Order: sequence, then C-alpha cells, then structure tokens
Amino acid sequence: MAQTVISAKDVVKRFEGDITAVDMISFEVKKGEIFAFLGPNGAGKSTTIKMLTTMLRPTSGELRLAGHDVTKERDNARKAFGIVFQDPSLDEELSAYENMELHATLYGVTKSKRRERIRELMELVELWGRKDSMIKTFSGGMRRRLEIARGLVHEPRILFLDEPTLGLDTQTRNLMWAYVKKLSKEKGMTIFFTTHYLDEAEDVAERIAIIDHGKIAARGTTKELCKQTGTKTLEAAYLKLTGESLRDEASASNDGLNFRTALRNTKLR
Amino acid sequence: MDVIQILWLRQMRRYVRSRSRILGAFGQPILMMIALGYGIGAIYAKAGEGNYLQFLVPGIVAQTLLLSAVFWGIIILQDKRFGFLAELLVAPVRRIVILFGSALGGATISVIQGLLILVLAFAFGFRPYDWALVPAALLVIILMTLAFSFFGAGIASIVEDFQGFQGINNFLVMPMFFLSSALYPLTDIPAVLKFLTVINPVTYMVDALRELLSNQGYFSLEKDLLIIAVTLAVTVVFAVNRFNRIEM
Repeated sequence: MAQTVISAKDVVKRFEGDITAVDMISFEVKKGEIFAFLGPNGAGKSTTIKMLTTMLRPTSGELRLAGHDVTKERDNARKAFGIVFQDPSLDEELSAYENMELHATLYGVTKSKRRERIRELMELVELWGRKDSMIKTFSGGMRRRLEIARGLVHEPRILFLDEPTLGLDTQTRNLMWAYVKKLSKEKGMTIFFTTHYLDEAEDVAERIAIIDHGKIAARGTTKELCKQTGTKTLEAAYLKLTGESLRDEASASNDGLNFRTALRNTKLR
Repeated sequence: MDVIQILWLRQMRRYVRSRSRILGAFGQPILMMIALGYGIGAIYAKAGEGNYLQFLVPGIVAQTLLLSAVFWGIIILQDKRFGFLAELLVAPVRRIVILFGSALGGATISVIQGLLILVLAFAFGFRPYDWALVPAALLVIILMTLAFSFFGAGIASIVEDFQGFQGINNFLVMPMFFLSSALYPLTDIPAVLKFLTVINPVTYMVDALRELLSNQGYFSLEKDLLIIAVTLAVTVVFAVNRFNRIEM
C-alpha cells in the first residue's frame, strides 16, 4: 500500500459574508500519483489548492502534506511542495537563472548544490540554453516551463499546478504535460493539479475528483466515474454530476473563461 | 541572512539594468539646482540671506532620497500585481525577512542616488561646510533613507494598484517634500505653513542634513536626530504590520 502524501479531512473554508467556498472536503493522494481536481469555475478548486499550499487558512478541518499539518507545521509543509501558480509569478527583470537561484536560496538549497540542480531542471524543460535571458523576452510557454522547473529546485515531494495550461497553445500544453508525466514517472513525484478541461483530467490524471459547489461530487479513475454515473464518457459523467447550467458565480480565481468555452474547446480538439 | 542578501541583490540587479531610471532620477534635482539654486539664489542673496545653493542642496538630496526610496518601495506593489509576491510568500521564510530584504535593497539604491546628487551639487558649486562632518551626514542620509524605504514598503502593501499609489504620491509624498524645510527657511514664514512644516518629520531630516553639511540648522541636532530615530521606528512598525496583512 503506497504512502499517503496529501490528505484532507473535513476541510471547510468560509469567507466573509457566509460564503462557503469549500464544504467538508476529504480526500487522499498517494505517493507518485497524478491527481486532478476537476470542476467548473467557482467550484472551490483554487480555494482548495490555496489552503493546501498555505496561502489560505481553512476555517476548519485538517490538511497534511507529507505528514505535516499545513497550519501547525507551515514551514515543513512548505518545503514539501513546489507550486505552479495560476498566474505568472516570475520576476521579469531577472534572468531565468537568477529566478531559479532566488528560489533555491528562499528554500535553503545549499550553495554547492544549487547550480547543478538548476542546470539539471532547466535542461529537463529545455531552457538551459536561455539561462541568461531576461524573463521579459520569454514566451508564455517558456515561462510556464521555467515555473515548473523552479517549483522543483528544492526537491519537493509534491508538485501543485493550479490551472497550469490556461492561455497556452495546444503544442505547449502537450509539451508541458509530457514533462509533468515524466517527472511523476522518473522521480516518483506526486502531482496534484486543478483544471476545468476534461481532456486534461482524462489524459493526464490517474485519479480525478469532480468538485462542484464546494463539495466533491465523485472521485475515481475515468472508468470508475463512468461506472458510478452509468455513463460512457468522462464528459457525460461530468455533466451528469455538475449539471448543464451556466455558472455565473464569481470565481475566486476569476480566470476569465467560462464553463461553456471550456467545453467548446474540448469538443473542438 | 542568505535570503535577505539575495533579495537585496535582486533589487541591485534591477537597478543596474534600468539605466533610464538611473538617469531619469537626475532630471528633477538638476532642474531644481539650476532653476532654484541660480534663479532664486540671486534674490536670496539680495535679501541678505547668503548663498542659496548651500541652503538648498541638503533639501534636494532629501528630495532624491524620499522619491527614490518610495519609488523602490513599490517593488512590493509590482510583485503583488505581477504575481512574484506569491512566490515569495509561500516560501518557507518569515515575511519580515522578505520585507527587510526588499526594503534594504531599495534603501541602498536610494543612498547611492542621493550621494550621486551630492557629487553633482559639488560640480554646481556646493561645498560642505566641514569635511569632518560629512561622515555624520552620511549616517543621517542612511537613517532617513531607511525610514523612507519602510514608509514606501508599507504604502505599497496597502494599495492595490498603481493608480492608488499615484494618489498617495501626489497627496502624501509630494506634500511631505514641499511642506518641509527643503526649499525655504522656517524663519518668517506664515503661521499655517510653519505649523504644517513643523509637524512633518521630513523637516527634521532636512534640518539635520543642513546642519551637518551647511551649518545652517534651525532646530538643535539632538532634536533632529531624536525625531529621525522615532520616525524610523514608526515606519518599520508600520511596514511590518502592513506587509504581514497582505493576503494572497
């Protein structure tokens, strides 16, 4: 039985004005697993990932990363994960290498190990040749790749990706997921990502949790989800669970894409 | 310590690379020295007050320090707007360390800018009254710049966008400069103006600098230094408090 690396138990997040964004969520992710949180906008995906990554405090419940409670042992929990944020988060006026170096220092990677590790990761995402270029000269796809590499400099056990392919073209998306799969396979890294693209969840994740209105509606492999809902495709299962109606709720992440657009994109593929 | 150093280095790298900003920061002080130093200087001398440039330069140096430090303080706002702050705030590092690293970087840049203006003033004919007091003036420059940097960092933590920062700049930072003793002596000014000037901590910073560089202080140096120390303490508490409250 593989070790549990991420665990959430009865997690609730209530915002001011009595808005419950996450409502009694529980789940576990095993070591080396690729796990997707799939749901429409405003479902509570980003709020959950923000609580897991210590950016938000849960109102109640318990979250653990690699055994560390995220509120009580925050720094240990922080060392256990790397994150690719939904929005860009590189310093544009520094070079790619300098961004990596800054990250390594923030996470206490010793000087002797820094260069070697940065080089290995930048070679993995094929950016070592551009190490001295300023980030402002990088395309969106290059930035995303560097952010993935950066999230791994301190050798975390978990990599979080919050809607990582938003705004990327198909080629870049495919390439990015290829890196992620490789990492999971070669390094036994646990991957947790959120998405509202059905195809990404289906192609990349080993297990999926469908989240809607702050609750987990169902979880399992694509096959299991179809079986649970008596449907044939993930899309049918998803629509059965989350309904056909358009989502107007303000999304905490406000990524500017609505559910319908996401669906249309999937069908056009 | 490593973290403070790399955040400081980050600011320095950005500074060295932004040539337009370095040069741009000289424009205004040079204009002030020419227009005010030479233009108003003639009237000032006629009124029997002596050399206006000697009076003015400490004020111009203070202006440079204030504007530069507040400007570099907005790196926190930039980081907030462009997402880099999230990277800093989820790192296993205490927030106060991130704040200090960023503020010290901004302060260092501003001290460099201020000293360059002082050198430039020398070319315009400004002479320190006593070279032996220049190191003491440098110490005052460092203390006041730190206060400005933390003030800027605190403001940047509060406001959400650059328009908001612009508003603060126009309604708080510029008055702090114009309503200090930077441009005019405190003797014989209207009571209202005098009141506004006396409650402004920048007045005492300029005054200390003027005492040490030109021997023309208005208040006692002890009073100036005490107020500078208190101001620095208040701005540090303000910045720490506001920075800790930033929500991701």
